[in-house]
Amino acid sequence: MMTALGKNTLYLVLGGVVLMLAPLLITSKFYLDVLTLIFFTAYLGQSWNILGGYAGQFSFGGVMFFGTGAYASSILLTTFGIPPIIGIVVAIFAGALLGLIVGYMSFRSGLRGSYFALITLAFAELLRVLANSVEFTGGGVGLFLTYAPGLQNLQFATPTGFYYFSLLLLFVSILIAVWLERSRFGAQLVAIRENEDAAEALGINTLRCKIYAIMIMGAMGGAAGTFYAQKYLYLDPPIAYSIALSVEMLLVTIVGGMGTVFGPLIGSFVLHIVNEVARHFIDTPGLSLIVYGVILILIISYLPNGLIGMFRKRMGTAQAGALKSVGGKEARKDA
Amino acid sequence: MLEVKGLTKRFGGLVAVSAVNLNVQEGEIVSLIGPNGAGKTTLFAMTAGFLKPDEGQVIFNGHSIGGMKPHKICQLGMVRTFQITQPFAGLSTLENIMVGAYTDQHDTAAARKRAEEVAETVGMTSMLGQTADGLTVASRKRLELARALATNPKLLLLDEVMAGLNPTEIDDIVHVIKGIRDTGVTIFLIEHVMKAVMNLSDRTYVLNDGKLIATGTPQSVAADPTVIEAYLGHGAAKAMAG
Repeated sequence: MMTALGKNTLYLVLGGVVLMLAPLLITSKFYLDVLTLIFFTAYLGQSWNILGGYAGQFSFGGVMFFGTGAYASSILLTTFGIPPIIGIVVAIFAGALLGLIVGYMSFRSGLRGSYFALITLAFAELLRVLANSVEFTGGGVGLFLTYAPGLQNLQFATPTGFYYFSLLLLFVSILIAVWLERSRFGAQLVAIRENEDAAEALGINTLRCKIYAIMIMGAMGGAAGTFYAQKYLYLDPPIAYSIALSVEMLLVTIVGGMGTVFGPLIGSFVLHIVNEVARHFIDTPGLSLIVYGVILILIISYLPNGLIGMFRKRMGTAQAGALKSVGGKEARKDA
Repeated sequence: MLEVKGLTKRFGGLVAVSAVNLNVQEGEIVSLIGPNGAGKTTLFAMTAGFLKPDEGQVIFNGHSIGGMKPHKICQLGMVRTFQITQPFAGLSTLENIMVGAYTDQHDTAAARKRAEEVAETVGMTSMLGQTADGLTVASRKRLELARALATNPKLLLLDEVMAGLNPTEIDDIVHVIKGIRDTGVTIFLIEHVMKAVMNLSDRTYVLNDGKLIATGTPQSVAADPTVIEAYLGHGAAKAMAG
């Protein structure tokens, strides 16, 4: 365990330096944009990973925090003229508050497994419909944001600016995961994932821990919303509460490896590259999506512990414990 | 230390536990025996907060804990183990025990140290790095014990920690349990292995069909005709005496 943590720190520092310097070598706007998107998805994946991978509570509506954060800062900007640098803080709190509400309501009633996943989906859909029908979100027309580069707007004149912004988000999310791996709170989340009754018997306030976890997820999602809105300058209910994004954040995490520090990043990297490559080399419309889908199916069927699980197995280390259990738990349920 | 008053639990028309009164004094090892289905585990589950009693009270160290959540009860110093072991399957033995230790240790290094000490007490030092789902039945039982002990309890509820163990393993764990009592932890246990019950307990309660039918020293209880009949059927006591 200690050596794994030591290694994590090493990867973190090395990877951090490389990614910091990358824009010096990569001058293509396209590649910088792809990397920005990879980091952004990895960040969202990590937010899902905290509740899904570490605490074992799979959510299917993770986008609700993203959308709520995006609306929070965008409405503050368009209606009240409050700059997004303050808006992002409000978005973070809005996400955490939504996490508190959703977490309290569903965990309090003892929802677990697929029931919890479905209720989060329902919340996200509910918010989408709400956002569509009320005035202050701009309804179905959406919100248009203006482009005015500057730090107070969290907008940048070059793609490099957004690249560093997404890198910062990614870095924070990885620090949170590293903290979980080392802390009492993280151990308690993992205990809940592995066996909730036993965790409760051993003095863990499982309800409170799960609510904290979904609040962290919510806070992270909220910040992601502001980032997105300030980069793409447009927001409407189908974008803010898109099921596709909910799926993408859990997908990158499952492909990379749930309950691991680098799983979401690796998953996001691989899926984006596969997607881009498939689009680039296959001309028949729609076929690239099929190829993408087939690769996904293969990864999920043959690598239940994600890519990180495969690497660890290859290297023959016994560090895959936490991973193994995520897949293993499902298997035991079936038995 | 523990006082149970008029504790009752009904499942539909079935009265699983019926108006049970019992107590456990500090420093004792008290056992609860009875035929299968007598309601022993239900009684434990109510005591430790896993089931809400329909009637009656549970008083632990002056706190009325009936209906309190298990984690709260654990933090007060009473912790249970599970008859069907509930390991954190994917975690190592050390990590499993550390979860228990985190109950009163907030610092990771302190929790690890505590977990290692507990592992030493229950004889699991050599297995610290193994994942829990790879452990043998006997080791899993030990792990249940270790995790519970790591929470630094005043009262330990052990639900059949010896079931499924061979005689050597039973001797080992009896030794471990005595050792734990000697460190000042009070123990209340459910057990079927009579040799261990005789050997360990200061007092024994016998539960049958949800009711307490006998109490006393293990020797007196084992000789009690009502108890023999509960286990072996009506007339058995007479037949054995005859």
